[in-house]
Amino acid sequence: MKKTWNEYLWIASLTYMILGFFNILFAWLGLLCFFFPLGIAIVKGTKGYCNHYCGRSQLFSLLGNRLGLSRKKDTPRWMKSKAFRYGFLVFFFAMFFLMLWNTWLVFAGAQNLKQVVTLLWTFKLPWHWAYRGTLFHPGVAQFAFGFYSVMLTSTVLGLITMALFRPRSWCVYCPMGTMTQLICKAKCPQKPRRHVP
Amino acid sequence: MTAITKRQRRAEVDRAVCVACGCCLKVCPLSAIEVYRGVYARVDQRRCVGCGMCAGECPAGVISVWEVQA
Repeated sequence: MKKTWNEYLWIASLTYMILGFFNILFAWLGLLCFFFPLGIAIVKGTKGYCNHYCGRSQLFSLLGNRLGLSRKKDTPRWMKSKAFRYGFLVFFFAMFFLMLWNTWLVFAGAQNLKQVVTLLWTFKLPWHWAYRGTLFHPGVAQFAFGFYSVMLTSTVLGLITMALFRPRSWCVYCPMGTMTQLICKAKCPQKPRRHVP
Repeated sequence: MTAITKRQRRAEVDRAVCVACGCCLKVCPLSAIEVYRGVYARVDQRRCVGCGMCAGECPAGVISVWEVQA
């Protein structure tokens, strides 16, 4: 079967992660991965983004299936539970707003620009080579560092669960996926019933 | 002459716990799965041959293959 253009979006995801090593301002492009899924869910009421255009899931699928980097074991029950999925969404949001708050502090002049990428919300990695100053306000760069931290953290988490469990285990607890599904559920007139075989 | 009972296999999705990621539709060789309104995946029972590709791919492990009487 002939491949369609959207099946190559993993190249875009990979390029995004690489560009962040050279110039952190490219991190702003990552907002597309936020607005497209939400837009599709709100306007069309589908998870069209997850289903057809998510480059990250394609990347995990490629690495896990094609390159055999996944153990392909069952995802643990707790990880796919609603409590964990919604809990992770809330946690992810809290961390996201903390990042926005830090960006605001730099914009307001209350804090200096921190040229670090925070991995897994804890480890501060030096990343000063990716920013040499621009005409923009330092706050623009602060957001880029923060947003790239979010993207790198989720990629690393996704890679870990890809290796340990199924290639696309990330999809189970992906905050964007959970959020878009919630929007779709709210828009869907018919509630799914639990299947009893 | 003994009657031959035909047994067939079909995939079934536990809709309440499906995350609607769409992994299954990418691997289905017969395009028998669709994601309904971004809420859950559903299998077209007339097209499904029960190959189990979707069940093997599903990261949430919500797809199972059952034997059905033809």
